[in-house]
Amino acid sequence: MLRFEHVSKRYPDAGEVLTDISFHLARGEMAFLTGRSGAGKSTLLKLIAMMEQCSRGNVLLEGKNITRVGDRQIPYLRRNLGLIFQDYKLLNDRTVFDNVALPLIVAGFGHQEVSRRVRAALDKVGLLGKERKHPLSLSGGEQQRVGIARAIVNKPKLILADEPTGNLDPDLSAEVMHMFEQFVQVGVTVLVATHDIELITRLGHRVLHLDKGRLQAGSE
Amino acid sequence: MRRHRQHKQTVRKRTHDRVKERFEAYLLNHAHGLFSSLGRLSRTPFTTAMTVVVLAIAIALAGCFYILVANVQQLTGSLQSSNQMSLFLKDQINEASGQKLAEQLMQNADIDSVKFISKKQAMDEFKTHSGFGEALNTLENNPLPNVIQVLPKNVLDSRESLDKLMAEFKQISEVDFVQVDMQWVDRLQAIMRIAGRGVTVVGILLGFAVTFITGNTIRLELHNRRDEVFISKLVGATHAFIQRPFLYAGFWLGFIAGFAAWLIITIMLLILESPVENLSSLYDSSFELLYFSFSEFILLLMMASGLAVLGSWAVLHYQLRLIKPE
Repeated sequence: MLRFEHVSKRYPDAGEVLTDISFHLARGEMAFLTGRSGAGKSTLLKLIAMMEQCSRGNVLLEGKNITRVGDRQIPYLRRNLGLIFQDYKLLNDRTVFDNVALPLIVAGFGHQEVSRRVRAALDKVGLLGKERKHPLSLSGGEQQRVGIARAIVNKPKLILADEPTGNLDPDLSAEVMHMFEQFVQVGVTVLVATHDIELITRLGHRVLHLDKGRLQAGSE
Repeated sequence: MRRHRQHKQTVRKRTHDRVKERFEAYLLNHAHGLFSSLGRLSRTPFTTAMTVVVLAIAIALAGCFYILVANVQQLTGSLQSSNQMSLFLKDQINEASGQKLAEQLMQNADIDSVKFISKKQAMDEFKTHSGFGEALNTLENNPLPNVIQVLPKNVLDSRESLDKLMAEFKQISEVDFVQVDMQWVDRLQAIMRIAGRGVTVVGILLGFAVTFITGNTIRLELHNRRDEVFISKLVGATHAFIQRPFLYAGFWLGFIAGFAAWLIITIMLLILESPVENLSSLYDSSFELLYFSFSEFILLLMMASGLAVLGSWAVLHYQLRLIKPE
């Protein structure tokens, strides 16, 4: 599903952030990406989301090399990904429905299909009935669930979450993780960057540990 | 076999439906862009008004210049440039000998027609049309000379033959001086040709202004909506999708400014109309002020919105690449 082959990323002013990273995530696998701040977690996710290009090596998504794709192709490839952020990245001037519908509108789905899928996604995250609310009138946990609904509405094959529980209390965090485990059961691959060690050990999934840009554990 | 065909048909129908639905969604997206951008502009009335006013003034400047030149061209276009000459007779020549001279000139093979205008006729005409009627009555004697108007034959179009004829007239002892009446029309028309070219140059300059002003407004709008652009990019929006509402916003700015410019020009012409009519009646002319025709109005709107879209597109084309996810 997702394969890194000797990937390095160097920034002109920050030097090498990732060094010789190789790993493979299978379809329907869930993994945690851990490491201290600055260990390169976010950079690794950005490479997958095509927000950055690696300096060396290859990143393969479903067998397709996404390291050297043209700007024109990137939007279409991104539609196979679901991205979740620590700060939710919602549009606060739009309703919950419009936020969740965005990936579908962008992909040109028809009105009925959009409506049906948005409801299904909101149902999955337990927010059905809040379509007309605005994000800022919701709690942090609810906002994150809107973000999750937006990430899954397009039925992506790979979900990337960058510190999804960073702003949530332990109960809500456990709830979010439980949701991810449900997605995995229907064949979605999930990669979660986090430093919530307690949560990781309790759930017992595969852990990719980054230290100073090198993969210390979990490459197998 | 039949089942297989049926299956094929349903699949085809389903694909057809899906394509149809996608196309409808595409149109809907355009309609949404068209109206939501207008709504967005109306939610920041001050900024929008500022831009529209600046654009409208730029467009109206070009439009005013254009319509003024068109009006003067209409005026001079109706004037036939001709070689008609006036022979002003010396003071001591009376009406009868003037008449006689006119008849003699008529014999000249180079002359097409001759018209004698006596002092008195000239004075009467001047009184009725100049508006100085009363004041002229106070004059003790008529200062106007007797005049013979001569229209040379058309064959005499070259300057030399005209000059020769003029020299001939100057030889006549009764003639004080000779003047080619309509030479100024030639000169005016030459000036108007320059003015016409001026309109083109000024139009191009102000067109650039419209393009850049709209481009800058759209750039600011894009900057205000960075987050939205950024998030849209992350969920897989193409540049075409992201720039659509901005292009429509540019279109509206140009369209509204074009309309406002037309209003400005029309109001200006309305203000000018009655004094112009006054002036034209003094010249005994049936001059009618030229307004923008319907097709010119449509062209103005199309050019204004077209240039605005062009400016927006140029800015978006360049700036959208720069908004990269952090």
